[in-house]
This record gives sequence, C-alpha cells and structure tokens, in this order.
Amino acid sequence: MRSIVLTKGVPDFSEGAVSFDEDGHLERGKTPTVMNPNDELALEAALQTKVRHGGHVSGISMGPPGYADVLQDAMASVYTDDSYLLSDRELAASDTWATAITLSAGLEKYDEEVADVDIVFAGFKTADGETGQTGPQTCWALDWPIVTHVVALDIDPEERTLRAKRLVEGDVDEIETVEVPLPCFVVTDPEFEPTYRTASHRLTHKELRAETEERAAEHDDHLTTWDHTDLNLDPDYIGLDGSPTIVSSVDPIPKASSDREATMLDPEDGMGEVLEEMQPYAAEAGE
Amino acid sequence: MTDGAEHYEAVVVGCGPGGAAAAARLADHGVETLVLERGTEAGSKNVSGGLLYAEDSAPYTLEDLFDGVREEATERPVTDYYIHNVAGNSVKTYDLGDLHEHDTDWCDAVLRRQLDSWLEKRVHEKTSEVGGGVLTNVRVNGLLREDGEIVGVTCDELDPITADLIVAADGVNSELARDAGLMDWEEPDEWFQGVKAVVDMDPDAIDDRFDIGPNEGAAHLFSGDLFEDVRGGGFLYTNEDSLSIGTVFHLDSLVEREAEPHELLDALLTHPLLAGWFKNEYREREYAAKLVPDSKKVAHREPYRDRLVLVGDAAGQMQAQGPIIKGMNHAVTAGALAADAFAVTRGNADPEAAGRRYAKLLEDSGTMDKLRPRRYELTRTVGEHDAVTNAVERVLESRLGSLAVGNPIADRLLQRAYNSPFLVSMLPDTETGYVSLPTLIAEEHGKTIYWENEIEPPTLAERIGDLTYDTDVGNPHIELRDQSAAASGAAVSACPVSARDFGGGCYRTEAVKTNGTEETLVSLDTQPCVECGTCAVVADTEWEHPRGGKGVEYREG
Repeated sequence: MRSIVLTKGVPDFSEGAVSFDEDGHLERGKTPTVMNPNDELALEAALQTKVRHGGHVSGISMGPPGYADVLQDAMASVYTDDSYLLSDRELAASDTWATAITLSAGLEKYDEEVADVDIVFAGFKTADGETGQTGPQTCWALDWPIVTHVVALDIDPEERTLRAKRLVEGDVDEIETVEVPLPCFVVTDPEFEPTYRTASHRLTHKELRAETEERAAEHDDHLTTWDHTDLNLDPDYIGLDGSPTIVSSVDPIPKASSDREATMLDPEDGMGEVLEEMQPYAAEAGE
Repeated sequence: MTDGAEHYEAVVVGCGPGGAAAAARLADHGVETLVLERGTEAGSKNVSGGLLYAEDSAPYTLEDLFDGVREEATERPVTDYYIHNVAGNSVKTYDLGDLHEHDTDWCDAVLRRQLDSWLEKRVHEKTSEVGGGVLTNVRVNGLLREDGEIVGVTCDELDPITADLIVAADGVNSELARDAGLMDWEEPDEWFQGVKAVVDMDPDAIDDRFDIGPNEGAAHLFSGDLFEDVRGGGFLYTNEDSLSIGTVFHLDSLVEREAEPHELLDALLTHPLLAGWFKNEYREREYAAKLVPDSKKVAHREPYRDRLVLVGDAAGQMQAQGPIIKGMNHAVTAGALAADAFAVTRGNADPEAAGRRYAKLLEDSGTMDKLRPRRYELTRTVGEHDAVTNAVERVLESRLGSLAVGNPIADRLLQRAYNSPFLVSMLPDTETGYVSLPTLIAEEHGKTIYWENEIEPPTLAERIGDLTYDTDVGNPHIELRDQSAAASGAAVSACPVSARDFGGGCYRTEAVKTNGTEETLVSLDTQPCVECGTCAVVADTEWEHPRGGKGVEYREG
C-alpha cells in the first residue's frame, strides 16, 4: 500500500509555549511551530496500514522552508519513509482553497512521477484555522472518494477496497461502516485508535518505529522540495492571489473571568453547609 | 480455540533476569522466541534488594549470557560485607566477608529499572535475529489450553498465542504458575515481605562515609531488637550514587505482630547506627515493596506442566537463609537451563520432555540443593518446633545464656559460625536466629553508639505521592472477596502502602452501622497499589496484575 499523509505546521498552543499580545492576538514570531496535533492520528493510520500490509508512507506538507521540521517531526514521532515539502514564496498567504489546489497538484505529480497512490490520510482540522475544509477540498480536486471521521479501518488489498468505521455526524454513539474502492481519501477522527492484536504486528511496529527515528535524524536526505514551477501551477491561482477568502477582522475571544470565591469549610459540619447550598438546585432538578 | 492463533516456538513471559536469561539462551540455540513484558519497559515492575551474585559453582552467570552487563548496567561490586547485631544503642558488628566470598565469583549491587531495561534491549537484539523479539506493555493473563493441555498463553492486549515452550518468568505473583496449579498464595509462612528505600547520595560521599574506593561497595545487614520482635532483618547496599536500604520480614511474623512495614523500615533508617552515613541528610528517591518466596519451603522440585516451565520467583527460586539472600542469580541459572532443556528435547513429541529435562538439570547442577538444602529439611523439623524454640530462648535469656554467648571465646566462635555456609544453611527460621541471639550478642559484646540520627523519613502519604502510577481507572486489578476484618483485616497493617488510621492507602477499616449493630469492615482502593502481592496471601482477594503498562512504574526498582 502506498500512503500519503498530509500534515501542517501550527502554532504550539500548549501552555507555556503559546504567546499572545495585549490585544489577544497570537504572536507567531514568539510561538514555536509544531505539527498539527490531529495529524498524528493520520500518521498512526498510515503506520497501521504499513504494519499490516507493507508498502510505503510519504509525508506531504505545504508551507515555508521551516516546515521541513514539521515533516521531520512526523517522521520521528510516528512514521514516514520520506517527506515532500511544497514550498515557494508564490504560495504564501494561501487560504484553504488555494492550499487545496496546491496540495492536489502535489498529489497528482506524486501519483504520476513517484508511485501510484492508494490512500491519502489527513487529520481532522488544524489547531489554528479549525476549518476542516482543506482535506475535503483537496479530495474534491482529485475527484476521489472520501471517508471522514474514521475511527477504525481495514483494507482488503486483493479486492482493493477500504472498509472504515466512521462516526456519523461526529458522534461517538453512532458508528457506521462504509466501504470504498481504492484509491481513496481518509480523514481520521480524533477518536481514531490504531489496533495491533498480534505479536507479529507489534514486532513490526516496534521495528518500524526504531527505523523511522533513525531516519529522521538524517531528514534532509529524505526530503524533496517542490515549488510552483515543479507543480506547473499558475501564480494567479495560488497563494494570496488564488485565495477567495477575505479576512475582514479578527476578534479575540473574551477570556473567562478568573474571579473565584473560595470558602474554607470546617470538615466536621462543612458538608451540612454544602448540602444547604445545593438544596434549591436539587429541588429544581427533582421537578 | 487455537485455530488460526499465532505460533512462536517459544514464548517467554516476563523480562527480568530469569526471562532475559531464558530468551537469550533460546536465541543462542536458534529458537524463535517471543518475550512478553507487562511493564512499559522491563524493570518498571521489578524490585529487589538487591545483590546480584555470580557463583563459582553455578552453570551460568548473568555475565556469561550478557557481555558487558557489569560495566553498563550494575552498580558497585560488594567488597565489604558486615552484619550488625543491635540491642538498643548497643551494636556488635561481625565481618561476614568470608561467608560473602564463599562460592562467589563476583557480586554487584543492582537497581532493577537500570539493569532490566538494559537486558531488555540486548534480549530484543538477540531474539529479533531468530524471528522473535521483546514486546512491552503486554500482560499475559493466563494459559491457553487445548483438550486440557497447556499449548500457549492468553493476553489482555493480544490474541492468543501458541508455543512449543512457555517460560513463566512472570515473578513472585506469577499468574501462570497459579493457573497451572503449581503455586498458590495460601500460607503466609512461605513468604517474606521486603520494603526498600532508594536514598540519594553523592558518589564521593559514599566513598568517604563507607571508607571504600570508587569501584568498591559495601553491604551491611542488621538484626536484633530494632524491629519490634518481628522476624527478619535489614540491609544497606551502596549503589553508584545512591543507597538501597530495606527490611525483609517473614510475612507470618508481620501479620502476627500487626507490624507496619514502613514503620519497621523507618526504625532502621532512624537508628543511631546510620547517622554516620547520612550526616543528617536524607533524600528518598523511591519507596518500594516486594513479596519474596521462601525457597526452602516453596521452591518447586518439578517446576513444569505440559509445555510450561517456571523460572525464578515464579518457581519459588529465591534463597533466603540467615544473611544469605540470593534470588536473581538462581533465576538466571534456571532460565538458561530451561532454554538448554528445550534445545535438547526440541522436536520431541512428548510435551513434557523439556520440563522433565529442566527439572533434572536443576537437580544435577546443584541448584535445587541450594534452594532447598537437605540439611535444612533435616534440621527444620527439630529446629522450628515451638518447644525447641522456647527451650533455646529460655536458655539464652538465662544467666547461663549470657555466659555462653558473652565470653570472649564465644565472640570469635560466633563470627566463625556466621561465616559458615554449612551452619547458616541449617539456621532455623525462628525468633532465635533473627532477634534473640543478635540482641544478646549486642548486649554482651556490643559497643554503645552515641550518634544522634535526626533524619525524618517521608510519611507513607509522601512516599505514595512520589511514586509514578498509570491508573487503570474503573478497572481495579484486585477485588476484595470478603470485607470482614477476620478475613481481610490483616492487610491493613501488612500491606506496605496501607496503615492503620491512614485513609490514603490501599486497605482501611471502616465502622459500619447496620440495624443498630456496629461492624468493622475492610475496604480497598487499588490506586496506591505497588503490586507486591501481600494482600493476596493475607486477605481474601481476587488478585490479578493490572493490564499492560498500567499500575505502578518504578524508576529505580
């Protein structure tokens, strides 16, 4: 199986790493870039496919040259065999539409010149834009079948089909099973969990993990960079010029008040006070 | 049930020294070997005192099987060995160097996380070459049977696996040994319980305070009246940059005296004798506990059934006689012998061929006689008889006893007696050897120590708080079958992470009023559990290990 994982660099929103200015705007220069957390599950899905069926996994990202670090992280933290970075000044300030056009061009070039692609994996939403549009739009441009909200998958290489369990409307209580022909596009849900129930799969997994960490240490040797001319893209249809989205303004989300009232209770009779406080609510709930 | 199951030639359960030795030797024989370890890394579930011996007379040592283990994974070699007989502040010290060196090629202090995780990497390298490998975070939960015959293992995390040889090296609380009906958790007098603190100390301070060189180490044992008459003793071993200080007691004696293990450890830690080493500085890295089988009573003479063989603690192969405590070395020997037994019987249609051969190798190599000395079996019936114990105790208490033990000739003879492997192997396991005699020796020959030991060991709550857990929320691995104080009350004090009047431990008692009568019930919270197995013996429980990777994770071990 030949898998491709789409990944993106996002600001590290974890506590201690992220930096906002006084107006609540993100300070990109002061905030480190990391791999979009949801992409880890797309990578896990691709690794599971490789463990079960063999093959090859490539990581693809679009962004500034620094995103090579994100692809390296994808290789080190989960698994990829090699990395492709679509990077060029003309691609700057792309919205989801222009990004999808560029990514689909990259995937087509890969399919024609590198190897036939069986599955493209993407994570659910990026931590910065949170649109959830780039994956499906990229797939639309390819005109492939897409399965979203995937929590588990099973591939039949003989029949060339992929059977997936997916959350209906993103709800964990409602799961449906769908089958699509390969090649196809898979968006993993945050609930996706790889499963390895046999010892031989786990041993292969362990071997691949050790191998990919070693490879990531020499990431430059496994990285290919394509610009817009490589992809044969017209600058009018990519980057800022190719982006129909107009951001008129950005409003910071008001912070929740941090005022709290704390009362120290005597453990002996404190519970009585708590019960008394709760009584009206309990009565309400009882009605 | 076994249709379509994955098959390996050999499956080794547990990657401690016994499992590692078995797997390495199997790989040497070209046997496709899968090792399943429930810890997140080998060593994260393991605790020992711990001295690792290499005996001159043993067919295998860990260094024979793992080149470089002493340089890379063990702590200091033991070059000084002493026992301290304590009566109050009076201490009489004997040099046990001769006993220690008897049959000893080398002996290193070890910390198990460091040692076992190093072994795991080597074992994985070796077994990978023969089509297997080591998998962590996998808990084997039972035996797979076909037509009543053991043919493989079942796991929490994996589908059933069949194998031609199953090596149960899954430790003192071996679920496989119990599933096979070869071991049980019934009698407290078949077990010891050990607790240990790993204490931070700068390497230079260790050299200076123990008067040793950078490549030397000290071992100190403690017995006498510092443990509330509970049968057992204490130990202190020097590591590279820490000390392992612990106590080991007969479980039946702990239960009988309702002693709190952590308080007995504190009694040792705060004794004036240790003040000179601590210099009033004390930083505890880790508190740990472990059950230890008494091989004299439980080492299985035929540790096999069908394709299953037991190795190490799982087979009760833990030699504890007086000051001699040897476990890991015997597990290493047993593991390697089990592998050799399989290699020579490979392809034999009889599923028990390897097991029978293994038992014979244990016997022929002299290993079984070290574990279950005939001398002990002969003298035990007399020596441990209550009437004999009482008579000897009375003699020791009398003026005659003081005269006998107290004269200068006796002092020399006693040091010699302590150093005699022959006499030590006959020592009856009674209060006489652990408490009365050492106390009397200290009273008669001891020097009074005037140091002030002002260190304050952490409380039990702090010790639990410092441990690392990955709790399997909503899925407790121990269930209390009988909540009555009569059936399970002993766990409240005997459990090393519980104590009377302490709400933050595993076991506690609660007064419950029903229909006007008040009853004391025992309740259990497995969150602080260190998986030692004490409660499986002293309380009425349904006891299992947590799932792979879950539960306590030792950093030192």
